[in-house]
Amino acid sequence: MDSVAQRLSAVGAGAALELRGVTRLFGALAALTDVTITVRPGERRAVLGSNGAGKTTLFNCITGDFPPTSGTIRFFGEDVTHFPPYERIRRGLRRTYQISALFPGLTVQDNVYLACRGVSRGRFSFLRPTQNDALMHAADGLVQAVHLTAVKDQRVAELAHGQQRQLEIALALAGAPRFVLFDEPAAGLSPTERAELVEILTSLPAHIGYIIIEHDMDVALRVVESVTMMHNGRIFKEGLPEEIQSDPEVQELYLGGGHE
Amino acid sequence: MSVTHDARIQVRSPASSAQRRVARGWPDLNNPAAWIVAVILLIMPLIANGFFLIEIFATTLMLGTIALSLMFLAGYGGMVSLMQLTIAGFCAYMVAVFGVSGNANISLGWPWWLAVPMALTLATIFGTLGGALAVRTEGIYTIMITLAIGAAFYYFTNQNWAIFNGHTGINNVATPHFWGVDWRSDIPFYYVVLAVAALCYFAVDYISCAPFGLALQGVRDNPRRMAALGFNVNAHRVAAYAVASFIAGLAGVLQVWNYRQISPGSVSVGACIDILIIAIVGGITRPIGPYIGALVFVLLRTFALDFLVKIGLDGNRFRLLIGLGFLAIVFWSSDGVIGLWQRWRQSHRPQSDRPGGGRGHG
Repeated sequence: MDSVAQRLSAVGAGAALELRGVTRLFGALAALTDVTITVRPGERRAVLGSNGAGKTTLFNCITGDFPPTSGTIRFFGEDVTHFPPYERIRRGLRRTYQISALFPGLTVQDNVYLACRGVSRGRFSFLRPTQNDALMHAADGLVQAVHLTAVKDQRVAELAHGQQRQLEIALALAGAPRFVLFDEPAAGLSPTERAELVEILTSLPAHIGYIIIEHDMDVALRVVESVTMMHNGRIFKEGLPEEIQSDPEVQELYLGGGHE
Repeated sequence: MSVTHDARIQVRSPASSAQRRVARGWPDLNNPAAWIVAVILLIMPLIANGFFLIEIFATTLMLGTIALSLMFLAGYGGMVSLMQLTIAGFCAYMVAVFGVSGNANISLGWPWWLAVPMALTLATIFGTLGGALAVRTEGIYTIMITLAIGAAFYYFTNQNWAIFNGHTGINNVATPHFWGVDWRSDIPFYYVVLAVAALCYFAVDYISCAPFGLALQGVRDNPRRMAALGFNVNAHRVAAYAVASFIAGLAGVLQVWNYRQISPGSVSVGACIDILIIAIVGGITRPIGPYIGALVFVLLRTFALDFLVKIGLDGNRFRLLIGLGFLAIVFWSSDGVIGLWQRWRQSHRPQSDRPGGGRGHG
């Protein structure tokens, strides 16, 4: 039976991600203050800001790694503010981590297989996958898509940094993602690897939206259609990439601010 | 190139990788040493007398199975539980309480085929509840909580007379007789123990490559990322305790049949810690480790006394030998005896033949 509240919530269902007045305190420190953001389905957006601007905290609030102190978060119209992370992931949200968060004791293949299994049924299955297991094929495809087929039977602890970053992305694309949060995916990558990253991001199916935190403007502004600037835990400015790049206040704060 | 599109189309040779995965779980099939060990274990009654059969090999297999339940939790799940022996002891008590024993005022007198499933169910519930408490913590706090459960159970059995019969425990526990066989006589009992131990060993080995076991290793390596992949981390941990409790319970049933009695001395804190020593000495990265550790432990416990007396020392110092052996192994190999053995094999192998890395973590 539909309650009035449920019908009202359906009004905002047009947005993929809708944050209203999200605040996150760490003790007396406000990492996020009254952040309100709306992202359309399929929209690709960059979040820029200096260190400590609250970008990663924003991601942690959206995924539920740290719940917000106050405010509400809606994912495709559903209020997920108090959901544990795994419930949000099962609804199509994905994320990568700034510092690779992988399973070093397992092989590349098993890492990706786990990601595929996590968003499907049978997480507690005691039966080994058979030769025709659909998720094994899905994992093989993802491994190939991030160019790791040659090392797929190696343990992740033995991979190079760039390969670990690529695996990080593969884990976030398992199953049927609807919205992905990329936390500095280009960190520590070589120019060649950055080009590959841009190719992977721009070739994602159009219905998959994402937010990307990226310090490298060359990467960030080539793969997004809108930009949010953060400063001291608040939204500072929103706009098109060109507007943000040419905004004098932004240049003062961010682009030029690094040389103080 | 579309990443998510590629994920759904055929790629080069998916079947071969699946085959490899299925084959990978049973490496022992191609290992002559494993076949030799299996044959020796099967024909043991022909070569060993009753003392060796029960006091050495059956005891090794029972202690090894309890340590295997710890290996499952610690090696795959990263959870060091000191209550595995307590769960086995609880199950042993339940077999004695529900089954037939010399303490007719306590035992309910159920036949063994009813008492054993009941005891296993209760032991699994007991261990799962303990696990549900323990998974709220990590690292040393998990050790403390499970140790506290073990210590509390020990003192409880000492003081409760209505069910556990206080410090005297329950004696003359009946053992199964059917098909004209006394299953507690040495040779049949050895085969019962061997069958249960083999079943538990292969089950753990099999589960380690199934989704549940892989996810458990994921939880060990990075619980936060597992949550970000859609896994309910705590539910997985509690389920691992349930599996481990069932394994420990099976060993507990065998133990009470072996000694035909159960008393608080069998579930003391010292005995709980012995299980940890067995698992660490053998190595907790593979299911075979706990059995190797148990063999070392049982041999030392049985023969160190004679050895010490022979070289003119007090025989009661046999625990000193166990302690020194434990120190030496932990000092030279964080991966126990199997770690030492693997390193020895790798150093005696041509360079090209070395594997990229075995199962288990580093």
